[in-house]
Amino acid sequence: MTGRPAWLAPHRIVMILALAAFVAWSAASLRWSWLPKYAPLAVEGIWRTLWILAVTSVLGFLLAVPLGLAQAVGPWYLAAPAHAFCTVIRGTPLLLQIWLLYYGLGSLFPQFPAIRNSELWPYLRQAWPYAVLALTLSYAGYEGEVMRGAFAGVARGQIEAATAFGMPRLTLFRRIWLPQAVRNVLPTLGGETILQLKATPLVATITIVDIYAVATRVRQDTFIVYEPLLLLALVYMAIAGVIALVFRRFEARVPQRRG
Amino acid sequence: MPALAFALDLATSLDLLAYSPPGWGANLLRGLANSLKIAFGAFGLGLLIGIAGAYGKLYGGPVLRDLLAVYTTVVRAVPELVLILILYFAVTDAVNQLLVALGQPRIQLSGLVAGIAVLGVVQGAYATEVLRGAIQAVPPGQIEAARAYGMPPVMLARRVTLPAMLPFAIPGLANLWLIATKDTALLAIVGFGELTQETRQAAGTTKAYFTFYLAAGALYLMVTLISGTLFRRLEGWARRGQPSLRGTAS
Repeated sequence: MTGRPAWLAPHRIVMILALAAFVAWSAASLRWSWLPKYAPLAVEGIWRTLWILAVTSVLGFLLAVPLGLAQAVGPWYLAAPAHAFCTVIRGTPLLLQIWLLYYGLGSLFPQFPAIRNSELWPYLRQAWPYAVLALTLSYAGYEGEVMRGAFAGVARGQIEAATAFGMPRLTLFRRIWLPQAVRNVLPTLGGETILQLKATPLVATITIVDIYAVATRVRQDTFIVYEPLLLLALVYMAIAGVIALVFRRFEARVPQRRG
Repeated sequence: MPALAFALDLATSLDLLAYSPPGWGANLLRGLANSLKIAFGAFGLGLLIGIAGAYGKLYGGPVLRDLLAVYTTVVRAVPELVLILILYFAVTDAVNQLLVALGQPRIQLSGLVAGIAVLGVVQGAYATEVLRGAIQAVPPGQIEAARAYGMPPVMLARRVTLPAMLPFAIPGLANLWLIATKDTALLAIVGFGELTQETRQAAGTTKAYFTFYLAAGALYLMVTLISGTLFRRLEGWARRGQPSLRGTAS
C-alpha cells in the first residue's frame, strides 16, 4: 500500500459514490411523506427495542453464569438439567418458544383465581412479561453453552494460585474465575448480543410495538412497502454497529499478552 | 384443583395429535415436511453461494472482495425477519415486473420457492464466512503441491481444497443447518404453511396451546438431535486418516 488511506482506492471511491447516489435517489424519488407522522411512534419503537435488548441480555447473562458453571464443574444432578435446558432452548425455534409462553401460559393463568386476584395480574395480562421471559431464556440457553466453555477454559494455575493464597471460594469466583472466563469469550458475547438484537423483532408477533411493529403498521396503513423496510434495516444495522463498537471497547481493555 | 384439571386437559388433548382427523397429527407432519424441504433447499443454495463467495473473498480482485464484504456484513447485521420481508416483496415484485414486460400474466410466487430463495441468500452470507475460514485452514503446502503438478483450478478445488477443508467446515456447517431448520419458523410470519404456522392454526382452533406447541417443539428437537448425530458421523468420515484431535482440544 502507498501512503493514501485504504478507502481512497479508486474502486472504493466509486462504491462510496454509488452509495451516495442511491441515498440521494431514495431521498428524492421514494415516498417519505409518512415519516413525520410516524416519527414519534418510531422513536418509541426504537426505545422499546433497545430496552428489551438490554434487559434480556443482562438477565440472560446472569442466568447463563450458573448454567455454565453447573455444566463445567457441577455435579451430575446440576449438570444434566442445565445441559438439557440448553439443548432444548437451542434446538427449538425462538418464535415457537415465544408463542408457547404467550399463548400457552397466557391461556393457563386466567384459569387460576389465585393468580387473577394477585398483585401481579395487571402485568401478566400484558404481553411484555412473556416477551422478556422468552428472550431471556433464549439468551441464557445460548450463553450457558458459551460460558461452559469459558469456565472450563480458565487456566488451572490461576485458580490454584488463588486457592493457595487462601482466597474464599466466593472471592475466588468473583475476582479470578468469572473475569477471566468472561474476557476470553468477549468476542463471542458480542456476536451473541447482535444475534439477540436480531431476535427482538419476533416480539412484534405478540403485539409488542417495537420498531419492527412500527414499520409493519406503516406498511398496513399506507401500503408503502419498501421505504419503511429500508429504514428499518438501516436502524438495525446502526444498532448492530454500536453493539460491535461497545464490545470492541471492552476487548481493547483486555491485556493482549496471553501466557 | 385447576392444576389437576390442566393435567387432565393435557391427557385428553393427546387425542388431538392423532394422525387422522379430528386429530391434527397429519397437519403437523405436513408442516414438518414443508419445513425440512425449505431447510434443505436453503442450506443447499446457501452452500453454493458460500463456496462461490468464499473463493471470491480469497482469490477475487479488490472490487469483488469489497462487494462480498458488503453482502456478508449487511445480511448478518439485519434481522432475518426484515430480510425475509424485503426479499419476499422485492423478489415477487421483480419476477412480476419481468413477466409483465414479457407480456405474461402476473403470478403469485409460491411460499416454498420464495422461502428457499430468501433463506438461501441469508445462509449464503454465513456459509461464505464459514467456508472462507475452512479453506484458509487447509495447509498451504497441499495446495502448492497440487499447483506444482499443474492441476487446473477447478480440478484443484474438486480434488484438494474442498475435500481438505471439509473437516474444518463441518462444525460451522452443522450450526448453519440447525439455524436453517429453525429459521424456517420465520416463514410463518409471511403465512407459509410450515410447522410453526400449522401448529399455530391447530392450537388456535382447538385452544390446546400447550399440547400443540410442546408437540411441535418435540418435532424440532428431534430434527436437531438426529442432525447432530449425523453431522458427528459425517465429521468422523471427513477426518478419516487424520490424527485424532482428542487430547489437544480441551
